[in-house]
Amino acid sequence: MSPNELSTATAVELAAALRAKTMSAVELTQACLATIARENPVLNAAITVCGEQAIEEATAADTLLRRGDGGTLTGIPLLHKDIFCTRDVATTCASRMLENFIPPYDATVVSRLRAAGTIMLGKTNMDEFAMGSSTETSVFGETRNPWNIHCVPGGSSGGTAAAVAAGFTPLGTGTDTGGSIRQPASLCGITGLKPTYGRVSRLGIIAFASSLDQAGPMTRTAEDAALMLQVMSGLDPGDSTSADIEVPDFRANLGDPISGLKIGIPKEYFSSSLEPRVAASIQAALVELEREGAELVDIDLPHTDQGIPTYYIIAPAEASANLSRYDGVRFGYRCEAPTDLNDLYERSRTEGFGEEVKRRILVGTYALSTGFYDAYFKKAQQVRRLISEDFNTAFETCDVIAGPAAPGVAFGLGTKTTDPLAMYLEDIYTLSVNLAGLPGISVPAGLLDGMPVGLQLIGRAFDEATLLRVAHRFQLRTDHHLARPVPTAVNP
Amino acid sequence: MSTTPADVLSVAQLARLRIEEAALDDVTERFGRILDLVAQLQQVDTEGVEPMSNPHDMVQRLRADAVTEDAQRDALQRVAPSVEDGFFLVPRVID
Repeated sequence: MSPNELSTATAVELAAALRAKTMSAVELTQACLATIARENPVLNAAITVCGEQAIEEATAADTLLRRGDGGTLTGIPLLHKDIFCTRDVATTCASRMLENFIPPYDATVVSRLRAAGTIMLGKTNMDEFAMGSSTETSVFGETRNPWNIHCVPGGSSGGTAAAVAAGFTPLGTGTDTGGSIRQPASLCGITGLKPTYGRVSRLGIIAFASSLDQAGPMTRTAEDAALMLQVMSGLDPGDSTSADIEVPDFRANLGDPISGLKIGIPKEYFSSSLEPRVAASIQAALVELEREGAELVDIDLPHTDQGIPTYYIIAPAEASANLSRYDGVRFGYRCEAPTDLNDLYERSRTEGFGEEVKRRILVGTYALSTGFYDAYFKKAQQVRRLISEDFNTAFETCDVIAGPAAPGVAFGLGTKTTDPLAMYLEDIYTLSVNLAGLPGISVPAGLLDGMPVGLQLIGRAFDEATLLRVAHRFQLRTDHHLARPVPTAVNP
Repeated sequence: MSTTPADVLSVAQLARLRIEEAALDDVTERFGRILDLVAQLQQVDTEGVEPMSNPHDMVQRLRADAVTEDAQRDALQRVAPSVEDGFFLVPRVID
C-alpha cells in the first residue's frame, strides 16, 4: 500500500494486507509513526508517542502472523485517549494534576485491546479531565482540526478524532460522558460509537461522571467500530457497573438489509438550535436511509430542552465527588512547600486543575451541598428519568432514532472558550443519550464548505448491533466516510 | 436567583479550592449564569417521579468476600508525591 492508501485504509483492509503478506506489522507501524512525526507538530493530536515500544509490539505481531496465528486485530495500530490508564506509560488526562502520573496498571479496555494484538502507538490529547467540547482546555495546548487547522476538532476526545482523520492510525479509543466521542467524530468526519452504559468496563478509565462515562471505538468505518467493540465489550468483575449481559457477534449481521426498519426522527432535534445547512445534510442522509428501505417515522422527545440543565447538574455533581481524590497526598500534583494540611489540599487542587474543571467542581459541590440537594441534584435525577422515559416511549414506535450529532460544523479556535454556556450547547443532541444510558453513533454525512457533518443514530439499550448495521448500510451506499483532509504538512 | 461572591467563596471552601481576589467577580458571574441555566428545571413537573441514579436502574453486583489481590504497596506508592517507610508524608497535623 502507498502511504496515501495507508492513511485511508480501514483496519479490515489492513488486516487482510497483513495476512496476505503484502506488508508487515512493523512496516505498517513505521508508516503510522512517520505520519505522526510529520503531522503532529501542527495538529497536536498525540501527546505521548511510544515509538520504540510500538515497534517491539509490531515485531511480536509479525511473529504471530508469520505462523498464521493471532486474531483480526493482530498487528493493527491504535491510539488511546489519555484518559485510559496504560501501565508504565504516562496517563495525564491532559491536566497538570496528572502530568507526571504513570499508572501501575492497564485499564481493562487497554488490556483487552492489547491481548487482541493491537499495537499501541501512543496517547491522544483531550479536554482536561474530558470536560469540554473542543480539546482546547488541555494543559498541553489545543488540538487542531485536520480539515482546517484554524478550527477545533471537537471534544473531549478531539485528539483521537483528529488522529484518525489525519491518518495517524486506523483505530482509536475515546470516552463519551455527554458527547465526547460522537461530537468530535462528527467534526472530524470519522465514525465514533458510544456504547450502552455498562457495555464496556470503566476500570482504569479516569472517572469524570460515573453514571454517564462510557468508552468506545473511533474509526474510519462502522465495520471497524464493530471489530473494536467486540474486543472492548463484556462483563468485567473489576467494574461493578459493567453489565452481565451477552455480547453478540457485532459483525455477524452487519450487511443485513435494513428494509422495514423504522427510523424515528425527533422534531426537537431539528429546531432553531440546528444550523440550517447541517439540517439539510442530515435530511439528505435520511433520504439515503429511506432508499435503503428504512421507514422514517416522526417521534417526540419532549424533554430535549431539559437535557442540558439536567446534565449540567448531574455531571458536575458526580465529577465533584470523583475529583475529590486529587488531594496532593497519594498521587498527582502536589504544591510546593505547603504550610499545613489544608494548604496542601487547597493549593494542590487550585494549581493542579484548570479553569473549566474548577468551575464544574464548584457547580457540583453547590448542587450537592446541604439545603440545595433536593432542589438541584434530586430534581435533576427526576428529570433524568423523564428524559429516559421519552426514549422508551419513542422506541415503542421505532427501532433507531436519527438526527444530527452536533448543531454545526467545526468552529474556530478560541471562539467559544470565553463563554462556557456556548460551549455546553455543542452537546445538545448527544448528552440526553448518556443520561438515558443508550448507545449512539456518529457517521460522516458529507461536507459543508469542506468541513464534515455527522449523522447521529441512537439505539435501544444494548442494541449496538442494529446501530452498526444501519451505519454500515449507510456507508455501503454513500462515500462520505471515504473523504479525507489534505495533509497539513502538504497544504498548511 | 442572584449569586454573591460570598456564596462562591463558601462553595470553594467546601471543594478545597482557592479563588484569587482578582478573579472572584468573573468566577461569580459565570457560576451564576450556570445556576440560571440549571434553574430551568424548576419548571418541570416531577411530582411522584422516582429519581434515576443508574440509567438502567441496575444495582451494583456484590463480589464474594475473598482476598483477590496481593499487596502492591511499593508499586502504588511509586506515583506518590512523598513517601517514607511505606507511609504517605503530609505536613504536620498535630503539634
